[in-house]
Amino acid sequence: MASRAGTLRPPFGAAIIAALLGGMTLGTVAVVALYAGAAMPGVADWAAVRFTVTQAALSAVISCLLAVPVARALARRRFAGRGLLITLMGAPFLLPVIVAVLGLLAIFGRAGVLNDGLAMLGLPRLSIYGLHGVVLAHVFLNLPLATRMLLLGWQAIPAERFRLAQSLDLTPGAQFRHLEWPMLRATLPGAILTVFTICLASFAVALTLGGGPGATTVELAIYQALRFDFAPERAATLAVLQFALCLTALAVGWSLIRDTGFGTGLGRRVEMPAPDGWRKGMDVAAIVLAAGFLMLPLGVLVIRGLGGMDELPGGMWAATLRSVLVALVTTVLVTGAALVLAMAAGRRAAGHRLFDAAATLPLAASSLVIGTGLFLALRGVATPSAMALPVTIAVNATLALPYAYRLLLPEARALHQGHDRLAQALGLTRGARLRLVTLPCLARPLGFGAGITAALSMGDLGVITLFAAENNATLPLFIHGLMGSYRMEAAAAASLILMGISFALFALFDRIGRHAAA
Amino acid sequence: MKTSILALGFATVATMAAAQDKPVLTVLTYDSFTAEWGPGPAVETAFEATCACDLQFVAAGDGAALLARVQMEGAASEADVVLGLDTNLTAAATTTGLFAPHGQGWKNSLPVAFDDPTFLPYDWGWFAFVHDKAKLPTPPKNFEELAASDVKIIIQDPRSSTPGLGLLMWVKAAYGDKAGAIWEGLADNIVTVTPGWSEAYGLFLEGEADMVLSYTTSPAYHLIAEEDASKAAAAFSEGHYLQVEVAGKLAATDQPELADAFLAFMGTEAFQSVIPTTNWMYPAVTPAAGLPAGFETLITPETSLLLTADEALAAREGALAEWQAALAR
Repeated sequence: MASRAGTLRPPFGAAIIAALLGGMTLGTVAVVALYAGAAMPGVADWAAVRFTVTQAALSAVISCLLAVPVARALARRRFAGRGLLITLMGAPFLLPVIVAVLGLLAIFGRAGVLNDGLAMLGLPRLSIYGLHGVVLAHVFLNLPLATRMLLLGWQAIPAERFRLAQSLDLTPGAQFRHLEWPMLRATLPGAILTVFTICLASFAVALTLGGGPGATTVELAIYQALRFDFAPERAATLAVLQFALCLTALAVGWSLIRDTGFGTGLGRRVEMPAPDGWRKGMDVAAIVLAAGFLMLPLGVLVIRGLGGMDELPGGMWAATLRSVLVALVTTVLVTGAALVLAMAAGRRAAGHRLFDAAATLPLAASSLVIGTGLFLALRGVATPSAMALPVTIAVNATLALPYAYRLLLPEARALHQGHDRLAQALGLTRGARLRLVTLPCLARPLGFGAGITAALSMGDLGVITLFAAENNATLPLFIHGLMGSYRMEAAAAASLILMGISFALFALFDRIGRHAAA
Repeated sequence: MKTSILALGFATVATMAAAQDKPVLTVLTYDSFTAEWGPGPAVETAFEATCACDLQFVAAGDGAALLARVQMEGAASEADVVLGLDTNLTAAATTTGLFAPHGQGWKNSLPVAFDDPTFLPYDWGWFAFVHDKAKLPTPPKNFEELAASDVKIIIQDPRSSTPGLGLLMWVKAAYGDKAGAIWEGLADNIVTVTPGWSEAYGLFLEGEADMVLSYTTSPAYHLIAEEDASKAAAAFSEGHYLQVEVAGKLAATDQPELADAFLAFMGTEAFQSVIPTTNWMYPAVTPAAGLPAGFETLITPETSLLLTADEALAAREGALAEWQAALAR
């Protein structure tokens, strides 16, 4: 450790944020356990763990491997609508789960387009229900996220390296070995880890498409323990189990992640070489297939939603406004916190592994456990109804932070290695450094992370149901109510509005980031 | 909207103080009850006309979520009345000791004798498999026929939804020790098991299955609200299991008289006449004018099945294990 001034600055801000995150995740489990004690997991719980890990691992590996050719094609090809497609890549991820499932079923379901086509050709119908259906839905939801994460990696390779590769006349294969493979070694583990952990806490997808009780996840067992049996001790145990799975995955991730070792460039933009021939065909195929897979179900949802527009009840707009406010406040909190944490972890400050763990744990957190823990902790402080929105913001921020952090981390690391000495030598003040170096260099992942946060926060339903009070329904809760009383068409229309607003927020932040980086 | 957007969540206390010092009765219920298309608004207007009070609904998830919340809040709950538990939950709710006897004398018109000292019914329905008349003109007539057929069904998970639990009890009440065998026969008919009612019903409307577990009253919604007569419920010869939705008074209420007044009001025409076309269930007390037009088209099961709260609680764990063993693939 060199003893340059500055690197020894203790990361107070990061430590405070990490402590808050620890409180929201482990702390809430502790509160639930204190309330009720703990119970040993039973046979059924271990079966749930097996299924959970299997489907999450398959979903993560398939999502990320499929994302490699798609991200690569997007990185090196230029075509009309490319920017729009990259932005649309955020869409499936931010849908309420049941809405996304209905969109998928319109294509892959028993009465879906695919099976009707097969039937016309005289082929047997395919069933989407089972492990393969769960994985298909998770890939649909997470492939775009994985693609965007890898795309950021490709765009972060300094332009000078591609120049050098071209002047050395490297073949595309050699270029892959020397430039793209090291980048993938640095970004793929993080992407796989993120998707794996998201799928760990999957509840509705796994159950709806799983086909039966064999497809039980830990999250469902938590839900059952808290909602149906009111056995908080079981819920606490299961939540700890879920965190243990997440931390294990994180430790594996740490052992795999390598730095790219590219050094830094001047931040000039250069076109990546785009080889012709069969490679061009591969890129076209990757883009067309991915776009089709993601856009067809979304297209169905849009058509459905438009049909129900005249059914929308009036109270929806208040709920919409509430959701937007919650999303904006959440985004401000998360973006700031993720930046502080990623910079501290990026410069390997004291305790950076702890920060990394604190910023990853919320992915595996059950929002129901967090909500219950907070509910119990705040019982004497204020009425649940007064708490509803502040708690929703706090929980949404906690749950969204891992995404923003994971997107920033690789670039924060590279930034530190590349510019730290220069900034030190120039004696830049912290404010000037933030303005001149950090923000411009991290604009792209910051904007994308902010967009993801806003969209996630719009679409979240998890916690507010515990604290709900008179007149404070958010839009997802409102949709839930519509679906719960037969109004499927109105629910489809309200989902379209939710999708539209989430997407608009996402696109806004994402564009701001991409333009600031340009 | 009673509150401005800025004040939301942060100034609830101030708005409460501004509610002209009327006594406030807080009713904890599920979200589709309070929704603008649900019974809540009409019930609120009608009750406030009689009570010189402010009736406030607090909505939380579904029936199971209500009980969880009441248990977490304990005696400190701000709620006075809880409305929306069903008979699968009342045994657990009674043992918490948080509810007081209702003391009401009004008679309900349920198809089975129902008289619980703690919980009063406000509506009820028969579980049934709903199908499309054109796509499935001759549905199975009982569980055995269904198991022998290749009719595809979607059901809800008994571990996370009240209809799912209702179906478990239905098979148990009809078949007793043979329930496990019935489930084994049904395994190949089940397309999937969803976490809640709305996912299942949504999938059914998408054409993912021939039948879905819902209520005999479901076709009334399509007929009355959508003028669509294509749906029907299949009558089963074993009889149909009941879901009875109930309300109870919390022992720790600070408004005992108002809570009693509300429970009495629940049995009146003003409350009961709202139920059929907002909650799409049968009212606990049939209004003098009868049921809305369209309800006469629904099937009326000859046999109604219902386990008592204690029987349901005692049977649950074993029935769930049977169900899981039969369906785990």
